[in-house]
Amino acid sequence: MNATNNNMSLTGEPPKALNTQQKMATFIGLAGLAILFLAMFNLDFPNKAIWLTVSLVSIAVGTIWFAKAAYLNKHEGIKNDGVYFKSISSKGLWAWVLGIAMTLFYVVLYWFPAYLGLVKEGDNQGVIALFDPLSKQLSGNPASQWFLYGTLYTLAILAFGIKFIWKYRHNRYEILRTISVMFFQLSFAFIIPEILVRLNQPYYDLKNIWPLNYDLFAGYKINEFLGAGNIGLIMLIFGVLSIFVITPILTYKFGKRWYCSWVCGCGGLAETAGDPFRHLSDKRQSAWKVERWVIHSVVVFVTVMTTAVVFSYLRGNESESISKWSNLDDKMVVISEPEGKPIGERILAAQEAGAKSVIFLLKDASEKPPVIEKTEGITIKYGVVSQADNQPVLKRIEEGQDAALTATDGTSFIVQKGADVKQYDNSLISKEFFVWGVIIVLTLIFSWVMLFKRQELAKDAKYGAIGYFAVVISILLFTYYSSPGKLFFFDAYQLNKAYGFVIGSIFSGVIGVGFYPIFGNRVWCRFGCPMAAILGFQQRMLSKFRITVNGGQCISCGNCSTYCEMGIDVRAYAQKGENIVRSSCVGCGICSAVCPRGVLKLENGPLEGRIDGNEILLGNDVDLMTLVNRK
Amino acid sequence: MPYIKFLPLKATEVTITRNSMEHIVIIGNGIAGVTAARHIRKLSDKKITLISAETDHFFSRTALMYVYMGHLRWTDIEPYEHWFWEKNRLELKKAYVDRIDTDAKALYFSEGDALNYDKLIIATGSVTNTFGWEGLELDGVQGLVSKQDLDALEKNAPNKEICPSAVIVGGGLIGVEMAEMLRTRGIAVSMLVREDAFWTNVLPNGEAEMISRHIKSHGVDLRHNTNLDKILGDENGQVRAILAKETGEEISCKVVGVTTGVKPNITFLKDSGIETDKGVLVNRKLETNIKDIYAIGDCAQQREPIGNRPPVEAVWYTGRMMGEALAQTICGNAFEYNPGHWFNSAKFFDIEYQTYGWVFSEQRRKEYEQHFHWKHEDDTKCITIAYHKDNQKFLGINTFGIRLRHEIMDRWLTEEREVYYVMEYLRDANFDPEFYDTYEAEIVSKFNSEMDTNIKPKKKNWKRIFSY
Repeated sequence: MNATNNNMSLTGEPPKALNTQQKMATFIGLAGLAILFLAMFNLDFPNKAIWLTVSLVSIAVGTIWFAKAAYLNKHEGIKNDGVYFKSISSKGLWAWVLGIAMTLFYVVLYWFPAYLGLVKEGDNQGVIALFDPLSKQLSGNPASQWFLYGTLYTLAILAFGIKFIWKYRHNRYEILRTISVMFFQLSFAFIIPEILVRLNQPYYDLKNIWPLNYDLFAGYKINEFLGAGNIGLIMLIFGVLSIFVITPILTYKFGKRWYCSWVCGCGGLAETAGDPFRHLSDKRQSAWKVERWVIHSVVVFVTVMTTAVVFSYLRGNESESISKWSNLDDKMVVISEPEGKPIGERILAAQEAGAKSVIFLLKDASEKPPVIEKTEGITIKYGVVSQADNQPVLKRIEEGQDAALTATDGTSFIVQKGADVKQYDNSLISKEFFVWGVIIVLTLIFSWVMLFKRQELAKDAKYGAIGYFAVVISILLFTYYSSPGKLFFFDAYQLNKAYGFVIGSIFSGVIGVGFYPIFGNRVWCRFGCPMAAILGFQQRMLSKFRITVNGGQCISCGNCSTYCEMGIDVRAYAQKGENIVRSSCVGCGICSAVCPRGVLKLENGPLEGRIDGNEILLGNDVDLMTLVNRK
Repeated sequence: MPYIKFLPLKATEVTITRNSMEHIVIIGNGIAGVTAARHIRKLSDKKITLISAETDHFFSRTALMYVYMGHLRWTDIEPYEHWFWEKNRLELKKAYVDRIDTDAKALYFSEGDALNYDKLIIATGSVTNTFGWEGLELDGVQGLVSKQDLDALEKNAPNKEICPSAVIVGGGLIGVEMAEMLRTRGIAVSMLVREDAFWTNVLPNGEAEMISRHIKSHGVDLRHNTNLDKILGDENGQVRAILAKETGEEISCKVVGVTTGVKPNITFLKDSGIETDKGVLVNRKLETNIKDIYAIGDCAQQREPIGNRPPVEAVWYTGRMMGEALAQTICGNAFEYNPGHWFNSAKFFDIEYQTYGWVFSEQRRKEYEQHFHWKHEDDTKCITIAYHKDNQKFLGINTFGIRLRHEIMDRWLTEEREVYYVMEYLRDANFDPEFYDTYEAEIVSKFNSEMDTNIKPKKKNWKRIFSY
């Protein structure tokens, strides 16, 4: 017997037609998109601010009116009639058209922004130029392809968020969490970073936590933070606390849903614009096996990559690493590490790299100035400068003003206004400290799991964990003891670039969103997101969150599994009376909503009895239940 | 499936030549049969064969409606992936059992072949119950019990152009499901209900009336106190209308949904020597009158009813529970079917219903049974609590639009708590999703004013909830 009755949609005429209002709403929304499309093909709109407003408002109004016509004339309740009959939501023609169109958009966005009208030097053109007025309003800068993307992304979450709220208007959990993702997207992801830029602060989306935000600890970002004074430092510290302190506490209390379906931007888009595609996730057990390997491999990749990037940043900050390839043309170089390679050799290396002068900044006034040895061959000016004696002068240099430093031997170093100064040896931690820190943290987590939680790991999970732990630790030790700045044969920069290309662009963007109508709305979150993997690991091991199964009330209908966007076979647990405690569960609450018998409840309760395996369900002979549960 | 040619053998010879592995044959791959098979497999290495003429694989019968409504595909209502059966060595055979020879321990199939068994489990479920109306044979007259019924409905009522209107006869759970299904395709639905509100043989009046109003609010022409007289056909043998008995009114329609209950599917057992009444008669060990033959699920009839339960229980959960109990017996650990507290649930369009313990309708109410009823002003939520009028013991609860925690209800029934206790700790039992409005304060305040008590509902407490 064929599993899917394909001819159903041919013979039947199920509830799939649009009503008149929905057709009009679709037209308005498409008209808004058409303006963007025409702009992309360089149709020059005279008054960009007005046309942009018309376009965005049309898209929003079209979407919201469509939703109103779809839901508000009906009873409160589950609105899944005809989901499998509509072309757009059952991998029909329209699903493919939409999927291909979105994929093309991502390809252009990531790799060919010039087609959108991005001009690096000079005025933007095309559709990006249309967004210039809004961008200038917010940050004061012209728009980029990312600003265009961010605006449309936010618009999608807001408009489809309203649609989602109306669809589930009987369910306050769904309403509140949707308002939450709409808020975080509009403020944290969209407006606040732009305003930070306007205020000359680093662009930072505070809720975009490493490792989802894989570039957070990249060298350029750290420089940006450190260059921004106290606010930058606070941001950097917040970034570290986010993943190591805030995230574990919240995940312990609420499960990973606090992030994945209440805060996260990827989750926000998946839950709003992606909601019509949630049933397309693959529920087969084989898909689950693939998921576990792929997502944990991404975690390993991002950990190694980030470690390499930070390590090479720290290494590059050491004056020891100065070589003739360090680009120091006409710069004044500041070093302050007395130990290691003779200072004279370092000055010579800076000279070969084109430096104008080198000063050794004596940080601790109580220490004696170092004796500079091996000075033969040095032709550029150098000297030792005491930090304590030159405090106001150093501050002027930091602010880019004219200044004159006085060395301990009395010579004076004139720094021109706006001159290039390159500082070394000023990072808070050493590369050794960092690598050992990473090794210790990973070892602690690994040991904790293996000592206290190994019964909860399946066989393949154990092998995977041991294998990956061994690989990561060997890479780190190898790096530490051999080629500095590189990981095996990978250069940190290349590794970061590869990650950005494969994971950041192709996986999360093109496949993750472009393929919504084909693979479902959470492909990225389920198979790719390293943040989801880390939160999920904690959710499975140490959290109060679970989906409680209500005694013996399950009728195995399959609504929960079908509408699980993460592809969890919820029914497999529910029909056994077993609570659902799965790493991948993002706590969207839809399984509980669509259950016709009130079997599922998301809740945060005591750790004891959270994971239980009641093979015999409530309702039967008490003695029999005891017998079978004994096992 | 290997083709097994049946050879007539004497019983003693069968025993000698039989494979040392005991062969358990289960007729029916519904929830009862499949649960029995799964648990036998867990407990033993016996050879297990599941026979069904309906489908290749087990599916959730209660979910048939969602396929027609487009919420789910057929594959979504199959609880196990197809590799499951082979992996667990559960052999599947799609065939119709014509006849059973209990002496030779053999099944004869209408396809012509046969199969030997060592132990036989009859789990053939239900078929639509009818009352011999004129016109039942017409095209377009159908029930909604099997996969074949679903296919028939897809053919008979694919859309409102081919089937502008339908009549549903009977107001039970299947009737309201069928009404909901047809409404999703814009088909006009008239529903004939014998009583003066929906399902009043089961639900107390307050609830029945609320559900009647809800059904009407979904555009169903719900006709109370109306019986079917006969079904009228056209010259092609297709339904064209029905005649209502009381009014003599003719209601035109292309489909007649017969949802006046179900009855055990046991016609193939006649002349087999297996004793039947409405269903296959079984004792508490689910044994029939013939050794090594058992019956479970909808088709079984208890010789002695258990507690307040009817002798034939056509409910998903009881089928499962019988399967669990029988698996023990078959595997050498004789167990009686000894169900715990009654529970059930359903959904009427948008209103969920749960019941724990016994809350009887006005028609069936016990003389000692007293009810407390609360209904929300929005007319979509209500509860009824039954208690003993002499000792105030909690007997059961019905809720509509509010979910309850099964474990708590089961515990309170076992502990024979008084209705006051139930009121006081009602918050522990709430199972609605987080952030939902709660109604305990309102419910208890109504209780207090009616009963002249001063109960203050306690805050929800995890320790109490998990103290089992």
